[in-house]
Amino acid sequence: MTKEILENAVSVKGVYKNYGEVEALRDMSLDFPKGQLTSLLGPSGCGKTTLLKIIAGLLPATQGEVIVNGKVVTKPGPDRAFVFQDFALMPWANVIRNVAFGLELRGVGKVEREEIASKYIGNVGLKGFEYSFPHELSGGMRQRVGLARALSVDSPVLLMDEPFSAVDEQTRRKFQEDLLNLVKNENKTFIFVTHSIEEAVYVSDQIALLLPRPSRVSEIIKPSGFRHKDVDSIRKDSEYLDTVESIWKSLRTYVE
Amino acid sequence: MYLFGYKLPGMSSLLIWGLLWEIAGQMEVSFFLPALSAIFSTLLEIYHTKVFLRALYETGYSFCAGVFFAVFIGVPTGILMGKNRFLDELLLPWVNVFMSAPLTALVPILMVLFGFGLKSIIITTTLFAIWIIILNSRAGVMQINRSLVDMANSFGASPLDALIKIYFWAALPEILGGLRIGFIRAVKGVIIAQLLISIVGFGALFELYSSRFLMTHFWAVILVLFALAFTLSELLGMLARKVDYYASKRSQ
Repeated sequence: MTKEILENAVSVKGVYKNYGEVEALRDMSLDFPKGQLTSLLGPSGCGKTTLLKIIAGLLPATQGEVIVNGKVVTKPGPDRAFVFQDFALMPWANVIRNVAFGLELRGVGKVEREEIASKYIGNVGLKGFEYSFPHELSGGMRQRVGLARALSVDSPVLLMDEPFSAVDEQTRRKFQEDLLNLVKNENKTFIFVTHSIEEAVYVSDQIALLLPRPSRVSEIIKPSGFRHKDVDSIRKDSEYLDTVESIWKSLRTYVE
Repeated sequence: MYLFGYKLPGMSSLLIWGLLWEIAGQMEVSFFLPALSAIFSTLLEIYHTKVFLRALYETGYSFCAGVFFAVFIGVPTGILMGKNRFLDELLLPWVNVFMSAPLTALVPILMVLFGFGLKSIIITTTLFAIWIIILNSRAGVMQINRSLVDMANSFGASPLDALIKIYFWAALPEILGGLRIGFIRAVKGVIIAQLLISIVGFGALFELYSSRFLMTHFWAVILVLFALAFTLSELLGMLARKVDYYASKRSQ
């Protein structure tokens, strides 16, 4: 990135999380620069989803603090929106109600919230499906609904928990391309949990490599050389390929 | 139902059993089993009489009131038990005890506590229906998809919002299943109460007809009662099928 000093949208400072005897996170500290996409990458059991849920305020930290836009947070708030791995759509509600649900909970009137929801339903490419129900949609379309719901509350920070892991490979690639455009066009901070090395390198401005037992940040990687390239040429870029390779080297010892 | 390769229309089995009943009745197998046709003609005679309509009203009123309390206490209690571990551990043993207890044995105690009138009948009806409604609502909430709860929390849902907009709907298929069984148990409850507590409604008719050996009258009332219970249960079944599509794949 061109800017040398970037303000942090989210900072995690000395966070511990224990489940009884089990230490899920130990002294985790990490900064998430404003307007960028940071991936939390690591093998299963490294605590990446736990960290994301602590940032979201869905799980309390045992110790340490999470700072969002200068304020310490312990509960969910309008400054963060969450995209779920299993979409978390209400099966009894149609697409437009699902997308508008965040606004509904914030007390926005029906006409206004449906107007906003329609706009984002269009943005994620689901125009015409406003009155369909989740069970009538494919996995990819369902996640677009989840994304539209998170976008429509217009939070400055978007938390995504393995959002593309439950969709098929082709849809996943399309999602990754769309995500790059989203980061470019929406002035939001993205925190993105994934276990796919290629996905992390492809979409991220910054990758935090987490290692398990005990969970810690082992490395922060900032791929920069190919970020300005168009979506098609990234996967052929030599820095992209080298970064994927070097991350795999660090991780392979943790895979049995 | 198929017979010799032909598809029979729905409820054909009822016709077959009805026919068997008619034959047995005509053959005068037992004094207690009059022919079905005789029962129906008696029904046509009595259904517009004041006595019958009054009994129908009294039973219907107690039933509706009993069911009303069972639903409006049972469903929220079940949802809260499914949500709150402490409440669950506090109440579950009692719910299980009453669920399997012979409630009829409690009726005399209710009579002492609440008198010989309508109040005791309604409470008995509620007691018959409420436990299964609580248990089913609780089960519906307990299998809720955790991400839906996280989702509601992450968008700032208040506890009441979460209860009404997420938990209730997520548990709806099980709740309706519980209501169906609960309503049928309430029919049982209201009749038992009317026989034991004060002789009113259909209970009084049963008492009257059986003590005077008016078997066709007796069966006519039973048929009406069966038909009402069956219709009620089918209506709830239809409602339950409407939400079935998400009971099986709730995670989406």
